[in-house]
Amino acid sequence: MSTDRINTPDLKTPSEPFEVTTMTAEQIKDELTRQYPSKVKRKRDKQILLNEKIEEADGTLTLPVINANTRTSPGIITQRGCSYAGCKGVIMGPTRDIVNITHGPIGCGFYSWLTRRNQTKPPTDEHDNFMPYSFSTDMHDENIIFGGEKKLKAAIQEAYDLFHPKAIAVFATCPVGLIGDDVHQVCREMKRELSDCNVFAFSCEGYKGVSQSAGHHIANNGVFQHMVGNQKTEPEGKFKINLLGEYNIGGDAFVLEDMFERCGITLLSTFSGNSTVEQFEQSHWAQLNCVMCHRSINYVADMIEKKYGAPWIKVNFIGAKATAKSLRKIAEFFDDAELTARVEKVIEEEYPAVRKAQEEILPRTEGKRAMLFVGGSRAHSYQELFAEIGMKTIAAGYEFAHRDDYEGRKVLPDIKIDADSRNIEELSVEKDEEHFREPQTNADIEELKKGDFFQNYQGMMADMGEKAMIIDDVSHHEAEKLIEMCQPDIFCAGIKEKYAVQKLGVPCKQLHSYDYGGPYAGFQGAIQFYQDIDRMVNSKVKDMIKAPWE
Amino acid sequence: MALLRHTTDDVIERQALTVNPAKTCQPIGAMYAALGIHRCLPHSHGSQGCCSYHRSTLSRHYKEPAMAATSSFTEGSSVFGGQANLLQAINTIFSVYDPDVIAVHTTCLSETIGDDIPQIAETANNKGLIPEGKKIIHANTPSYVGAHTTGFANMTKAMVDYFATSTTEEKVEGQINLIPGWVEPADMREMKRIVKMMGLEGITFPDTSDVLDAPLRAEYKMYPDGGTTVEQLAATGDSSGTIALGPVCSGPAAEALKAKCQVPEDTLPLPIGLRATDIFVQHLRKYNGGEVPEAITAERGRLVDMVSDMSQYFYGKTVALWGDPDQLVSLTQFLVDLDMRPKYIITGTPGKVFLRRIAEVLGEEDVKKVVVKQGPQADMFYMHQLIKREKVDLLIGNTYGKYISRDEDIPLIRHGFPIIDRVGHQYFPTCGYRGAIRLCEKILDAFLDRQDRDSPEESFELTM
Repeated sequence: MSTDRINTPDLKTPSEPFEVTTMTAEQIKDELTRQYPSKVKRKRDKQILLNEKIEEADGTLTLPVINANTRTSPGIITQRGCSYAGCKGVIMGPTRDIVNITHGPIGCGFYSWLTRRNQTKPPTDEHDNFMPYSFSTDMHDENIIFGGEKKLKAAIQEAYDLFHPKAIAVFATCPVGLIGDDVHQVCREMKRELSDCNVFAFSCEGYKGVSQSAGHHIANNGVFQHMVGNQKTEPEGKFKINLLGEYNIGGDAFVLEDMFERCGITLLSTFSGNSTVEQFEQSHWAQLNCVMCHRSINYVADMIEKKYGAPWIKVNFIGAKATAKSLRKIAEFFDDAELTARVEKVIEEEYPAVRKAQEEILPRTEGKRAMLFVGGSRAHSYQELFAEIGMKTIAAGYEFAHRDDYEGRKVLPDIKIDADSRNIEELSVEKDEEHFREPQTNADIEELKKGDFFQNYQGMMADMGEKAMIIDDVSHHEAEKLIEMCQPDIFCAGIKEKYAVQKLGVPCKQLHSYDYGGPYAGFQGAIQFYQDIDRMVNSKVKDMIKAPWE
Repeated sequence: MALLRHTTDDVIERQALTVNPAKTCQPIGAMYAALGIHRCLPHSHGSQGCCSYHRSTLSRHYKEPAMAATSSFTEGSSVFGGQANLLQAINTIFSVYDPDVIAVHTTCLSETIGDDIPQIAETANNKGLIPEGKKIIHANTPSYVGAHTTGFANMTKAMVDYFATSTTEEKVEGQINLIPGWVEPADMREMKRIVKMMGLEGITFPDTSDVLDAPLRAEYKMYPDGGTTVEQLAATGDSSGTIALGPVCSGPAAEALKAKCQVPEDTLPLPIGLRATDIFVQHLRKYNGGEVPEAITAERGRLVDMVSDMSQYFYGKTVALWGDPDQLVSLTQFLVDLDMRPKYIITGTPGKVFLRRIAEVLGEEDVKKVVVKQGPQADMFYMHQLIKREKVDLLIGNTYGKYISRDEDIPLIRHGFPIIDRVGHQYFPTCGYRGAIRLCEKILDAFLDRQDRDSPEESFELTM
């Protein structure tokens, strides 16, 4: 490296065992599942565990085994949504110039209308932006009885006539799968007919898989099959990357786009925050793929590598230190003096404000305790931000993760594929002889490969404290008990949990919608997060809950 | 730059595509209604996602927990039917959450498969999965029939079907049933207050006051204090009469109660605005000997006073409205009474009665000047196109109107469901005379703020 590095101090408090004054973690765990019928209890016992790590002499970690990505027991009040929500809402939602038509009764299309805060910034008035619209075939009983293919076809035609979009995507809802409408065939026909509009469909019926995760996989397969690789000429740019698994909640992508530009890195596409069809179509020209949310998108990174050759690295732009580390990792891949200098300059420019904010806030937040039960990535990545203001994460879990998100990718060969996952198509990808390129870098690629540089994700448990509590697919009942017993200073979850948690007098930070705040990505985002958490854990309202006469 | 940049004024007839719907699906209505039963856990029989979406939308609107369980269908259940899931759910729910009632509603998935809920509930009973004294009720709410209002009506009717009993020939004097329809918890509280002021004992069902506006007390109650109890629901069969507010949401339950327990019923418009509240109070007089307390007449008088004082600001103003039929009929009546001019009235909810009722409210001549559309393709995209052709002075509807409001620079008053970007609607009623005063205040605020913003400096007024 040619430039001096700015020191990015580690404010992380040392890992401490989970403890509450009156109960041991084991007792708490027992308490959480005591009331369940025996069958449910047996299942939950494998999904709730203490993070008891065994470090071998050579430094490798052995982590406890968690049961993840399995069905939620019927009757359990769960955080989870469905495959359609993962496909239409999470992955396809943030792309501005696709007309997304929900094929089904009105509800699914209505509920996924703008509720995920998919921000976007079309460069001019002339550019398409369909995000504020909700399109549906609004199926009625006669469509269920006689089939909805004709109506779907007509709806695609009407959408085309009205909006002339570059692409139309169709999402199958539960009843569509049952009655057997062939959405893919309809789309193929319409694509032929419309000729200048890419039309494709997703079989993302809500009953597929066990959570939103199935929908992410289905969506990514579709993006890969129908869009990636369509742009045949190489875009400009010396250091070209894609950012995968970034969904631009609260404007996160805007912050990152700006940051890359200042570093001289060309961001070809974001999958799928503030994204466009053109971005997807040119994404195979990237030299490096950077994966944010491992859960939702690791498949795409793997498929691009196999077909087009660009390797992928895990990054995290949540947290100032994580952001600096991730930027440096990208620079290390390209190993270019000028790029490294620019990256270091950006870190140097941004870090003083971060330090100032940390110093100011730390005395008010240090030692406070957080619990995070969200998503497939945020439950991990946001722990970095809490650590930066001295807050400990004493319990965490994912809503829709798989074992590798907890235990790291090394468990991938051990994961048993069950019936619910087998139904999600695995694409067989082959090398594209024409467009495949060996990794383009000045770095010693073999040397990088030897380390843990590429394709590496350690999982959440490796980063969490000893005996912290890990709970997959936490239920309402468990969350409520956990809060009552452990009294965290903040609980992170989603809208369905928020008000129940707050009734207990504990602030609840929504990490799916950011409570309509943010951005939290990058350096400026980190500062924003510190300030928001400081406000929440030190808010005066908690001292007002009891009336003076109570 | 326009948010809805693709919406043009050129209206093309559509047959298949709905763009920006002015309705949603049945199960969410059933879930909301079920939350109005005391110690009841709504249960969504279908895929997890439905339950998740409905709970999220209710929570975003009420800023409150909306608890409900789900049968968590997977592909297997979709093929083999959801009986095993529901049986397991019933067992788990009673073990873990201990409700008095599980209110099951179906989704498009379980309806398409054809799951028979009463039969599954009977099987659960035979297997001993339902503890002594606990109940399972159900409503069929396929998403491809009706709208969210229909789901609310169906679950409200289920309360009658499952619980109402007639124990004596003689009805209980002074005891009436009040079916408030899909309104805010605060509206239900306001209606109960009026009934009480009229000296009557009312059984209100469903009743979400004290359920979806629970106080913050550093304790979490899975089942908050409010809601109609099972005993009250049973007693509805002995009431002297039923007043059902809003034919779409409340009519079916009132008719069922009449058929089952011979309780006479009156289905009235939702008491939004002066005349609809007058009709409500007039009907209450049937049960209390005809007396109207001075306090109610005074409330009415204050409303009329405000309307009279501020008439110049209401007169001739045009409005675009969208939402639920019961709400729209009464709102339209009120706007007409304020000398305002509803111009576009849109509901996605199917049902021809709506058109007839709106025509009655507007009058034969005026209805010709108004675009009223319901059912397929009666959506907010179409309404926006109409607005682009000819502007209005005010928008009244749910949160989704804010995009049109900003693009066209027209003030928006949030009313109906869902309102996910403002608070207050949970706490302050728009029903009754006091609610009407609040509606007037909101309308006036919108117009007066606009006048303040737009007037040139020389005519910027201190008093208005």
